[in-house]
Amino acid sequence: MIPDFSAPVHIDQVGVEERASRFTKRSIKNESKLNGLMLALNMIDLTTLEGKDTDGKVKQLCYKAQHLHDAYPGLPTVAAICVYPSMVKTAKAALGNSGIKVASVATAFPSGQAPRDVKIRDTKYAVQNGADEIDMVISRGKFLQGEYNFVFDEIAAIKEACGPANGGARLKVILETGELVTYDKVRKASDIAMYAGADFIKTSTGKISPAATMPVTLVMLEAIRDFYYKTGKKIAMKPAGGISKAKAALHYLVMLNEVLGEEWMNNEWFRFGASSLANDILMQLMKQRTGVYQAANYFSID
Amino acid sequence: MATKKSNTLKLKFDSARKLAPAPESKSAAKIDPQYDLFINGKFEKPLSKKYFATINPATEEKISVVAEANSADVNKAVGAARNAYEKVWKKMPARERAKYIYRIARMVQERAREFAIIETLDGGKPIRESRDFDVPTAANHFFYYAGWADKLEYAFPNRNAVPMGVAGQIIPWNFPLLMAAWKIAPALATGNTVVLKPAETTPLTALKLAEIIQEADLPPGVVNIITGAGATGAAIVNHPDVNKIAFTGSTDVGKIIQRAIAGTNKKATLELGGKAANIIFDDAPLDQAVEGVINGIFFNQGHVCCAGSRLYVQESVYKDVVRKLKDRIETLIVGDPIDKNTDIGAINSKAQLETINKYIKIGLQEGAEMHQSSCSVPGKGFFCRPTLFTNVAQSNRIAQEEIFGPVLAIQSFRTDDEVIEKANNSAYGLSAGVWTDKGSKIFNMTTKMRAGVVWANTFNKFDPTSPFGGYKESGYGREGGVHGLNAYVNIV
Repeated sequence: MIPDFSAPVHIDQVGVEERASRFTKRSIKNESKLNGLMLALNMIDLTTLEGKDTDGKVKQLCYKAQHLHDAYPGLPTVAAICVYPSMVKTAKAALGNSGIKVASVATAFPSGQAPRDVKIRDTKYAVQNGADEIDMVISRGKFLQGEYNFVFDEIAAIKEACGPANGGARLKVILETGELVTYDKVRKASDIAMYAGADFIKTSTGKISPAATMPVTLVMLEAIRDFYYKTGKKIAMKPAGGISKAKAALHYLVMLNEVLGEEWMNNEWFRFGASSLANDILMQLMKQRTGVYQAANYFSID
Repeated sequence: MATKKSNTLKLKFDSARKLAPAPESKSAAKIDPQYDLFINGKFEKPLSKKYFATINPATEEKISVVAEANSADVNKAVGAARNAYEKVWKKMPARERAKYIYRIARMVQERAREFAIIETLDGGKPIRESRDFDVPTAANHFFYYAGWADKLEYAFPNRNAVPMGVAGQIIPWNFPLLMAAWKIAPALATGNTVVLKPAETTPLTALKLAEIIQEADLPPGVVNIITGAGATGAAIVNHPDVNKIAFTGSTDVGKIIQRAIAGTNKKATLELGGKAANIIFDDAPLDQAVEGVINGIFFNQGHVCCAGSRLYVQESVYKDVVRKLKDRIETLIVGDPIDKNTDIGAINSKAQLETINKYIKIGLQEGAEMHQSSCSVPGKGFFCRPTLFTNVAQSNRIAQEEIFGPVLAIQSFRTDDEVIEKANNSAYGLSAGVWTDKGSKIFNMTTKMRAGVVWANTFNKFDPTSPFGGYKESGYGREGGVHGLNAYVNIV
């Protein structure tokens, strides 16, 4: 049953922020740290979303995705490469059968200010070119106007465009929490997205500040948990933007583990949308192995 | 979409509890093999010639031995305090007194890490709490009252507040350093001298504080710290030259003290037990309320006089809240308190663990349904899993009596009036918590709750500027804030 989205939701800002900071008090050492760093690496959606992206740039990134740091044998790959629709074909070919997914942003990313048929066309184009995952943006303007049905219908329409008829892709719904501002609204948008058919809910485009924060992610994880208990359906989570340090990634994993538990602790159910996080994790892994930090020069930028 | 029936769904948290050990370094704290009594600015051997051991409740290993003061030792300490009061402390300009208190505050801060480690080793509380709560809050109390010392005319405008004389202070084992700070700081700021007795299971941080007081060059005799058990406390209470008794502890002992000082000129403040009601309305932010309930009952293993040990949940959200609580306690890490990841440490003593287990048995006999975390507990030491009781009746002993452990009694309610009546239907009245998004409901509730502290949308928040104390069997007098000065002065 679909709930009444106009009903008020209750999230206490002080309480959420206190709880989120509590996760950062966990002290992650030795094998827990090593396992956590490996897992975080494997959960990354390595991202390039720039106007100046070219086939060459995307190919380089795809190579990096498969060979994160060959000086450290046995590393996992990242989970996915995240690009614009026009780059999907290139990425798909470059990744071959590596098992790394191609995610494409769509629906007039990042603003979402386009008519619905354009958004559907955008989505279909990406899926038909081979995208395994679609990262759509919600219409924040409509949401803030209280047009919850519009937002719901739009997500459902994009979900349909991702359907098997066009090749089939998992749908990530970007709430752009930095524009929603309050935790109440983040929770409401999360609920709308999940009921409308999202496979993932995602914090941000990375184009608006603030992007992902721990409290925002906590509110979304709790929404996923409540939805799971109501419907039995698991939804995945992707915080994106602003997570560039290995330590922060470990804090997110602690939070994930304590809110949703171990079934979510893999890249099917959790992703980091990030571009510079991978190298910081690699730096930490090398430090764990050799006992000393290596300069940034020793890690390829893409 | 593969949909399972929602009553069979369960999240799994095993891995969340299994983090690699992250122990704080014990060697960063210096603990002597033996401690004497701190009287007249010096550590002196007890006239009783007796010592007793203090153990680490997480390992049951002996940490140190401390002196057991008898009535002759108490007499010596009170004599030193009287002498210091008459000859030095009451004559000293308030500005100078403030400097000493300020110096103590700074030194507690400087040695915070050492205090935190010792507090955890001696008392069993998680290092995260002693590091982030006990020690900084203790330092804050000294800072706060240092500020008041030369401003008493603003606290009592157009009145003349004079010190009482010698204060006998007896403190409990749940917040050993913090309670010492709560007691000593306002007493010194108002010009009294002090004889303080920490609890017999947790004497070490008070004795470390004695070392700081010595290093701070506080005039000899202004603060005397003597150790011992109930008999030592009784000797302080009954000493004829003590002007004021400040006690924090059990209601039973509070009653004994009240009887003992009846008919004497001694003033008293008593901060005793509690059985706080934490109330969740259906319009509350539920996830944050659940977190507050967890913090309210499992903070310091539930060894908190203002712990929110009775939970009332509005029936329309009852099932959700109980499920969330059950999930949340699965992620609490129970174990060695010196590990930085431990959420629930060791029960303070064997006797206290027996009391808690006795109440758990009573709860089961009364027909309540018990739910405990599935975590394992260490084989050695005194540990108790976080425990929830549902299907509890107001008439059950687990809903009426103070357990002082990680045990929560949950009941449901339907209307505002009903829950106010139930919450106030207690012999105690120390604290309460209200969870609702509606401001007007908060004010309605807070005016009707018979409790010294009512928290709204939070719980267990402490600040030196805010008064703390109880109604009914939770005692009388207020500590903290400007109100805390009242307890140590005579208005003439």
